[in-house]
Amino acid sequence: MTQIRMNVNGSVESLDVEPWVSLLDALRERLGLTGPKKGCDQGACGACTVLADGLRINACLALAVQYDGSEITTIEGVAHPLQEAFVRHDGFQCGYCTPGQLCSAIGMLAEYEAGMPSAVTPPGAGAYELSESEVRERMSGNLCRCGAYNGILDAIMDVAGEEGTR
Amino acid sequence: MSTTYADKTASATGKYVGRAVDRVDGPAKTTGEARFAAEYPYPGLAYAALVHATIPRGRLTAVDTAAALAVRGVIDVLTHENAPPMKPAPKVSFLDLSTLVSGTPVNYLATDEVHWNGQPVAVVVAETPETARYAASLVRPAYEELPAAVDFAAEEGNAVPQKGNLISEAAADKGDAPAALATAAHSVDLTFSTPPHHHNAIEPHATTAVWDGDRLTVHEAAQNIAWTRRHLAQRFGVPEKGVRVLSPYVGGGFGGKGSVWAGTLLAVLAARATGRPVRLALTREGVYHTVGGRTPSTQRVALGSDADGRLTALIHTSVSRTGRAGGMGEPITAGTRHLYASPNIHLRQNVVQLDLLANTFMRAPGESIGTFAVESAMDELACELGLDPIELRLRNEPDRDPVGGQRLAHRRLREAYALGAERFGWSTRDPRPGVMRDGRWLVGMGVATAYHPSMRMPANVTVRLGADGTVVVRCGLQEMGMGTATVQAQIAADELGVPLESVRFEYGDSDLPSGPGAGGSAQTASAAAGVLDACDKLRRTLLGLARRVPGSPLRGVRPEDLEARDGGLYHAGRGQTYAEILAAAGRGHVEAESRAGMLGFMVRTLRERRQWVRAATGAQFCEVRVDPDTMEVRVSRWLGVFDVGTVINARTAASQLRGGIVMGIGMALSEQTLIDHRDGRIVNASLSEYHVPVHADIPRIDVQWLNEPDSTMPLGLRGIGEVSITGAAAAVANAVRHATGRRVLDLPITLDKLMG
Ligand code: FES
Ligand code: FES
Repeated sequence: MTQIRMNVNGSVESLDVEPWVSLLDALRERLGLTGPKKGCDQGACGACTVLADGLRINACLALAVQYDGSEITTIEGVAHPLQEAFVRHDGFQCGYCTPGQLCSAIGMLAEYEAGMPSAVTPPGAGAYELSESEVRERMSGNLCRCGAYNGILDAIMDVAGEEGTR
Repeated sequence: MSTTYADKTASATGKYVGRAVDRVDGPAKTTGEARFAAEYPYPGLAYAALVHATIPRGRLTAVDTAAALAVRGVIDVLTHENAPPMKPAPKVSFLDLSTLVSGTPVNYLATDEVHWNGQPVAVVVAETPETARYAASLVRPAYEELPAAVDFAAEEGNAVPQKGNLISEAAADKGDAPAALATAAHSVDLTFSTPPHHHNAIEPHATTAVWDGDRLTVHEAAQNIAWTRRHLAQRFGVPEKGVRVLSPYVGGGFGGKGSVWAGTLLAVLAARATGRPVRLALTREGVYHTVGGRTPSTQRVALGSDADGRLTALIHTSVSRTGRAGGMGEPITAGTRHLYASPNIHLRQNVVQLDLLANTFMRAPGESIGTFAVESAMDELACELGLDPIELRLRNEPDRDPVGGQRLAHRRLREAYALGAERFGWSTRDPRPGVMRDGRWLVGMGVATAYHPSMRMPANVTVRLGADGTVVVRCGLQEMGMGTATVQAQIAADELGVPLESVRFEYGDSDLPSGPGAGGSAQTASAAAGVLDACDKLRRTLLGLARRVPGSPLRGVRPEDLEARDGGLYHAGRGQTYAEILAAAGRGHVEAESRAGMLGFMVRTLRERRQWVRAATGAQFCEVRVDPDTMEVRVSRWLGVFDVGTVINARTAASQLRGGIVMGIGMALSEQTLIDHRDGRIVNASLSEYHVPVHADIPRIDVQWLNEPDSTMPLGLRGIGEVSITGAAAAVANAVRHATGRRVLDLPITLDKLMG
């Protein structure tokens, strides 16, 4: 057992975990934070996306012990205009992928703000617009089997539009 | 800012019905508050993990559990040698439809027989999920292997005619289709194939099971809690009333959560054996190994027409598979019966049994893959005739059912195609293949017809009105994201004339009045009928109370003349609020109930089937871009125009229709379950190797509906959960044919099939 301390959604949690416990299982089974979902446990669906020190990660591919001393934000700790926008644009059906989509979108917008290019960003582009194809590309690690992709895109474009483009 | 098309087509028929209302569960789902089956904490909760067989067929000779039991934190390892008994699944009977809920007849851990590669042969229960998973990897089953047939392509020749049932015939003959085909002026004769598919709801199946004596509570990812409850009571030999199944949120189902599969039974069994609350959340791989998917198929479609494109022969035959231990024959030609007028029709469905996990229903079983074949063949016939593919379909639009001769209860495919053609810019399509370009991309446009029957199931509903004006509607149905809870609240609010905010809809709990399962696109219409009836009874009760009070303005008013509005009952400008009626009658609340008897329901259903053919239909329009060097196919535009009767909630309906199209695009271009034909093992049992569409694959999807009520359905509505996947794969294939000149007969349309 290793003792780790993490700041989770603004409160400091210390817990004893075996070194093989994933961050996702630590959050869900040890801390009772079931907002991050388990869809595959293999990094293929994005349902487990959380923000670790502001960066989006797949919590199922992370070991809890690696995040000793980190700041973790799960959907339970999110208060963002995107949440309301998801409801308005119907960016979900069953809601199972939704916490991951939301955390991922928040992390994605931050990456864009920081100037991080994506596979569809034109090479050498300076300032560029956060186009629909940019958002689609950057959100493609988050699967939605209900197929709410149009609504998710609308919600993100709506909020990103208000926040302005880079 | 982008537009949401659905909001534009909404034409309200009530204060709430017809509007784009926000989902009632939106806040819960966007804050993480919504709890799914694997997310209920219990003191002393233990975790279970499955051990899967690695051979397709045989007998267990031993299961070595020593190493697993030696792991610290392991509570027990259950095998066929030590598990408590479980009763076998009851025989299927149409008098008790809950018998349909068993995924397979295999009595897990009560048998040493292995029926498929992946069948659970042991369950490990441990203090933590990691321990359970690790210990499961240490269990060593030993087998006596028996010969197994697992290769669909090799076994197809052994297929036998499929049996029909009460609601689905497996064959049809009208005239002499083979003879008509032989003499037709124009004809096509094509053989299609489709691979197995898996639902892949993002929430893997999960069960949290808690025993208290003979009472059982199960948090379950289920599409049918009423049948699940009855089934569990039967399997574990306990009274049904002591079993409670809770499914307030289900993370997607698509048919995959419509049956009781191994995980559910084994979680309950493990909880029984260990005396602990047990959670069994399947791994993604575990879902593939224990929950059936869609059958593969081989289909022949042969069409003959006269010189003008009027069909003279329509032949559609299919081969699908079931497991030797369970599964249903997929009704692949079911939609074809109703699509086109032809004097000669020949339909056959054949099925072969393999030593694989039972197949099951997946979104529009039958029509999804059946329409791929028929609608591709129609497109090919249009090419052969040099006729526009929409025109070919319109020339063959039937007036009555082509096989049964029944009346068509509302069919507006002509209008759907007309609206779609205009909106999609069909007239800009150059019919010659391979000539439309956008820069270097080849561009193609294709259409196909969508078709799915409209059904209803019995539903029991109660409605309670309190003196404070709140309304509670109760029905044990399930909400997997279709918007069910929201639309039923909308209906009740309109029926009683109260604000939507004052209606609470309770669902997802088997202690509630028993509701319809979420399947067959039937749930909304079924529950709506119950809500309408219960609200009607409630209004009559209220009127009765009011009329008894001297001086009531409602004295002498007949129920059918009542208007429910503004929180009360009115007639000709006079009336009373519910609060006034209840106060005058000295009542705190009133309640009404709608009950649907199973027998009467079946009788009515069968009678109606002779009278009407009812279906949701639609016209799918797809545009693709194909890279001329790599032959990669991208879907660039989509329009679906649907004839689905009254739409209750424009927003949730649009999402549901889009969702089916997205799954249809996956079916067309990327989805296939690969089975090792030597040992029957699923090779790509994951989300990284089974490719469902991602954000980047999906363009803006325009969905439209005609919004004309179907007068034979409650509120004029038809179910919409499945119709939009039908025709979708054909629309893609037809667009690819137009872009490249190549007809792909074998799904998915991967680039290798377009090269060389
Ligand atoms: S659960 Fe982590 S990516 Fe799927
Ligand atoms: S809302 Fe169901 S998977 Fe995305």
